Amino acid sequence: MANTLTKPQLLGRGLLSQNPIFKLALSMCPAVGMSTTVMTGLMLGCAVLFVQVFSSLTIALFKRQIHPRIRIPTYTLVIATWVTVIDLVLAAVFPAAYAQMGIFIKLIVAFAIITMRLETFACKESVPDSFVDAVGMGFGFMFGMVVIGFVRELLGSGTILGYDVLGFKPFMFFILPCAGFFVVGLMMAFFNWIEQKYRERMANKS
Amino acid sequence: MKSSLRNLAIILGAAAALIALVAAVLFWPASNDGFILDTGFSGDTKITLTTTSPVEKSLLVPQNFTAFEENDPDIQMHPVKVKQKLSGGKNVLSLTFDAPLNRANPHIVKTVPLTSDSPALSLRVEQSYLGHLLFILISALLINNYVFTKYLGLCVFFGTSKRKKTATGMGIVFTIVMLASAIMSWFAYRYVLIPFHLDFLQVVVFIGLVSLSVQAVDTILRKVNPVLFKSFGVFLVLVIANCIIIAVPLYMASNQYNLLETVMLALGAAGGFLLALYLMSSVRERLDLAPIPESFKGLPIAFITAGQFALAFLGFSGLQLI
Repeated sequence: MANTLTKPQLLGRGLLSQNPIFKLALSMCPAVGMSTTVMTGLMLGCAVLFVQVFSSLTIALFKRQIHPRIRIPTYTLVIATWVTVIDLVLAAVFPAAYAQMGIFIKLIVAFAIITMRLETFACKESVPDSFVDAVGMGFGFMFGMVVIGFVRELLGSGTILGYDVLGFKPFMFFILPCAGFFVVGLMMAFFNWIEQKYRERMANKS
Repeated sequence: MKSSLRNLAIILGAAAALIALVAAVLFWPASNDGFILDTGFSGDTKITLTTTSPVEKSLLVPQNFTAFEENDPDIQMHPVKVKQKLSGGKNVLSLTFDAPLNRANPHIVKTVPLTSDSPALSLRVEQSYLGHLLFILISALLINNYVFTKYLGLCVFFGTSKRKKTATGMGIVFTIVMLASAIMSWFAYRYVLIPFHLDFLQVVVFIGLVSLSVQAVDTILRKVNPVLFKSFGVFLVLVIANCIIIAVPLYMASNQYNLLETVMLALGAAGGFLLALYLMSSVRERLDLAPIPESFKGLPIAFITAGQFALAFLGFSGLQLI
């Protein structure tokens, strides 16, 4: 099955119209659990981008050799291999950040978004297209994490990336662990509301 | 469907009861002979020693008692208060400390000779093993509920909590696979990964075992009970996309749990997931009928409901078993 979208379209799809966090609602665990600051979101985003790109490339390269009946275990093992790589690298190079993210780096292996991209895209399309799609999805995930982290860090502790911006702390509530659910829920509702208004305006114009 | 569900619940319940019974028989704490009858924790800050006869009043001063955690003998504590109470032919000494004790670790209490003919004592104080196992179970089930306080397994949680029927189905399938894969992971970790120093392969091996047990349950269920397979088969694929199933073996490995502790952890984690799914689906069935603003319909309101559950589950933190 040939892909009809151009490369910029593929890239933009992951960032906006099929954003893994806000649109596909996959990989919600890190979006709720690991988004208290912009920095952790950025770090985890980088790790996911790495795993997504390399597993997509691996599957796209070997797609002819993989028997369809055992494809899911194959995907899982490929992802697990790349997760082990990034896990060991982070533990060696950035021990402080690694300690902060704790078990979540290892849990990338069970993030639905990566398996889903392999299943719906990389196992059918060419290697360059899979690469662009994986980069788009990875950056889409990172974008979502950074946006949620931005809101929570700004409102919770009045800082951005550790720099004091506001000078006061508006709502301590937002850095509480369980506030993640509320922030994600409210942001989803906000995006729905914007989309709804936009559609109404479009309908009025025509 | 209904009756098969009930059968499965009965089987699961029976298995849990059997495990508890075996644990009780194997690990019931043996009573000490001699002067000290029993030792134990009481509350957060107290250690109680039950003795056969009363101790002389002049010996009951804090300096005569020293306590420390078994794996940390450098940090020694003296009690702030020592009290003696005679009740029902037994004499109970209670040592009160000014800071909460970490009851998960065994403590050692050293005393001066308490009677004229006994030597200085060194006593080991620990929770009964059954209590320890129960604590792991309750902790994974409620205090550290994997969904509401550790934020794991959310994709599947939001995906399958729309109807009660799907929620219970998913929860039960998840419990079976979780138990099977946790036990296999324990054997693989204990007898292959540790002896051959292959710790770094944890993720690959554990996720491989999960896929293996999913495949096994799939094949067995398909042959043994096609009716059950028809209703539960769809959930099997989802199990593998659930972070909890890989988080439990990783937690087991980092805490060096033994087999029984691993089983309890797996039961607690899977039971907690089932509980969370059931609670959430009960609410979401009602939310369908409620007047909700257009932009909040579907996932946004589900997230806010989950946030409220998470706040409610915060109430379990600090729960202590006697």
